[in-house]
Parts: sequence; structure tokens; C-alpha cells
Amino acid sequence: MLQEPFAVGTSMVHRIDPRIRIAAATVYSVIVAVSRHFPTLVTAVGVSLVLIMLAKLPPREVIKRVIIVNMFILLLWLVLPLTFQGPVAFTVGPLNVYHPGIVMSAQITLKSNAILLVLLALITTMAFSTFGAALNRMRVPDKLVHLLLMTYRYVFVMEQEYQRLIRALQIRGFRPGTNIHTYKTYAYVVGMLFVRSALRADRVYNAMLCRGFKRKFYSLHEFSTGKTEWLFGAAIGAVMLVLAYLEWMNGSALK
Amino acid sequence: MNSEPPIINLKNVDFKYPSGQTVLNQLNFKFFRGDRIGLIAPNGSGKTTLFHLIMGLNKPVSGQIELFGQPVTTAKHFEAVRRRIGLLFQDPDDQLFSPSVKEDVAFGPLNLGKSIEEAQEIVRRTLAYLGLEGFEDRITFKLSGGEKRLVSLATILAMEPEVLLLDEPLTGLDFDTRSKIEEIISNLDISYIIISHDIDFLLSTTTQIYTLKDGKILFDDKLQVHVHQHVHPHGRYPHEHE
Repeated sequence: MLQEPFAVGTSMVHRIDPRIRIAAATVYSVIVAVSRHFPTLVTAVGVSLVLIMLAKLPPREVIKRVIIVNMFILLLWLVLPLTFQGPVAFTVGPLNVYHPGIVMSAQITLKSNAILLVLLALITTMAFSTFGAALNRMRVPDKLVHLLLMTYRYVFVMEQEYQRLIRALQIRGFRPGTNIHTYKTYAYVVGMLFVRSALRADRVYNAMLCRGFKRKFYSLHEFSTGKTEWLFGAAIGAVMLVLAYLEWMNGSALK
Repeated sequence: MNSEPPIINLKNVDFKYPSGQTVLNQLNFKFFRGDRIGLIAPNGSGKTTLFHLIMGLNKPVSGQIELFGQPVTTAKHFEAVRRRIGLLFQDPDDQLFSPSVKEDVAFGPLNLGKSIEEAQEIVRRTLAYLGLEGFEDRITFKLSGGEKRLVSLATILAMEPEVLLLDEPLTGLDFDTRSKIEEIISNLDISYIIISHDIDFLLSTTTQIYTLKDGKILFDDKLQVHVHQHVHPHGRYPHEHE
């Protein structure tokens, strides 16, 4: 079952208005994503690490998550240097390793980690319901916020229903194999899940109607932005300007 | 005996499933303020359908529904009266859709236009009334079955309804939670209808017990509801001895 291990905390980051954190993380991620030069990207990874430290997250848990993402990136390192053609950097046996492929892989690695770390530091440090409420306060449409929070609420119920179906198969001696019977059975399970989800959606909607739902999103969360929070906003804004400047500087220097 | 119009008045209501199977057939039913009615009937006899008709979640094929003395036909009418009737669903997972208990209990009051402060006060008061202090920030899907049922009840009571429709409030609960819910319900100062298969529970919480048969609601005056042992399996439902 999904946990929110980072959501509870008393660090400086945890206390900052979620809206500022979401806005900062979003803009920061966009800047990092469009940057291409190594001074910018390396600085960004450094900034993200500082934010992680400010959020006082347990290092072990952070590293666990970083490893998962970097497993995918490892795949890129296996493929890109061999396929992204350009000047050859060196050869390994019969294989040419191309220079642009290596550069590209390095960029992706730095970008992904910088963005992952900033999201861990700024976004996962709030509860999911807070996240939804903050998005709504930031003018994200009610419908999207409802979709987000409902998905979060019911993904576990769906998972339980899936487990129940699988158990029902197992107690009747079902053993998956490579045959039509197996495919058919799995198709039934998926079909059943769709049917059950649709029925449940109807019932939940009815329950909402019974409690006066008018398609509007309400939340108990109240957000306030104090002086220190504006200061944090200004500081991270300044950092982003520096990143953009670094990027622009290097860009014009290279041309 | 009662001069004000019935809170719920169903007149010649017919309801069929989309498959065409008749569930309710020319059903007539009057429910007055102060009534405490138990409804005990076999599965598939249309008990839940009856509740959903009253709430406007299902539409009758024919017949008339009057709530609080007014005929209700359109979705708009139902929206206006729904707030005055609280329906407890069979499955608490359908009823609790917010991430936290606090948000879920506040959902109804906020929809009714209460301010955040008022809603928070209602949450505090309702949870305290049900002995759920400290549950505010619990995650709804991590609650136990009994806790879910109690929180579901809280979400409905928070809207201060005039009538409660309780759809099998005891199913799947352990003995302690059952007696807790039984106690809460009998201490409520609200009119209610309870669907249950548990005759002892209905005897202790309601004053009249009805049954559904062939799509109609039956209250047999000749039938004195009492607990007795049977060698045949129909003893759990009201029946006549020939």
C-alpha cells in the first residue's frame, strides 16, 4: 500500500506554503528540462541536493527512489551512445561509441536527477490531499482536482478488488501458463475489473449526490503565505534566474 | 394521530430493472416524522432500490414520490430535499471518497454552504459524538471495517438530516462495533428506516417492522413480531403461520 513517508515533517521546507512549493518546483523543472549545458545542469543537481537537505528527508529513502529512476537511465546509457550517430568517441571491439550519444545520456541523467530531487524535496513533502487542495487554489479546474484525488483514493480499492479476483482464481487451482485458457482468464479478470470500477464509480457518484455535491471542489485546507515563505520564493526565483543566466551565457559562448 | 403530511409518501410506485424484471409493483408507503421503521426482507426484494428511489438515485417507472409534503420529480427537486435525508450506503468504501476523515465529514457541510470554520466545528462535534476523537487526519482507506462504518455515519450526521435511511448498517461488523452502532442509532433523535437481516437489532432500534413481498411493502398487524426458533430456514423473515 502506498505510503507518504515524506509528507510529515517539521523542516523549513515542510512549513512553506504548498502553493509556493508547487509553483517553484514546476518552473524549476521546466528550466532544467530545457537546459542543455553542463554548468547549468550540474548547478541544478547541486541546488536540488541543497533543497533535499533543507527538507531533512531520510537519506536512505531518498537514495532508494533515486536508484529506481536511474535504473531506467542506465538503459539509455546502454542504447544512446551506440545509436545516436555523430563523431565517434571511441570503439569497443566492433562497436562504435558516438560522442553526441554520450553527451545526450549525460544530459538526461543530470536533468532527471535534478528534477526528481526537487520534486522529492518540494512536492512529496506535502500530503496528497494538500497537493490537490493547493492545485485547486492555484486555479487548476475542479474537475482535474477531483480526478486526481479520486484516483488516489480508489486506486487501492481497485487493487484490493484485483487481489480478490486473483485469489478467487488461485483457490480454484488456476495456474497461469502459455495457453488460451490463461489469456482468456486474464481477459475476464481485466473485464471484471472494468465492470466493477464502473459500478463503483456510479455508487460513489450517488453517494456524493446524496451529500449535496454540486461539482464544486471544497477543501478544509487554508493556505497562508508569510514573510519567510515569500523570502523562500524569492530565493528560489533568484536561483532559477542564475540557472537561466548560466544557460544563456554558455549558449552564446558556444555559438 | 399525525396532522402533518408524511415525510416520505410513495404512491403506486413501479420499478423495473433495465432487464425488465419487476422489483417494486404498485408500492404504497407513508413515513411520518418520529417513525422508526425496520425493513427486513430477502435479498433482491428491492429494499436498496426503495432507498435509492427516495433519494432520487433511481427513477420509478410510474407512480409518485412526495417528500416533506411536496411531489418530487426532477433532479432539481431531489437536490433540494436530499440534504434533509441521510442515506448510509451498504459499502463504506462508496461513501468515503475523500483522502482524510476530516475532509470526508466536512464534504456535506461545505456543499451546504458552510464556511470552513463552521465545517471544522461540525467535524469536531460529530466525531466527538461518535467517539471518534483524534480520527480527523486518518486516511479513509486505511481505516478498519468498523471504523469505516462509524465514519460513514459521521459523514451523514454532519449534514444534520431529518431522516436517516440505513442500508444494512451492521453487516460485516464484529460484536463490539455492532453494539456500539446499535447504541448510537437508538439514541438518535431522528426518524429513520433501517434495512437489516438482523431481527434482534431491528426489535431493539425500531418500533415497526415491515417486509417487502412481491414488490409491495407489507405491515401485517396480525403479525406480532417476535423471535422464535424454526426448523425451516424462512424464520428470519416475517411470515405467517397457516
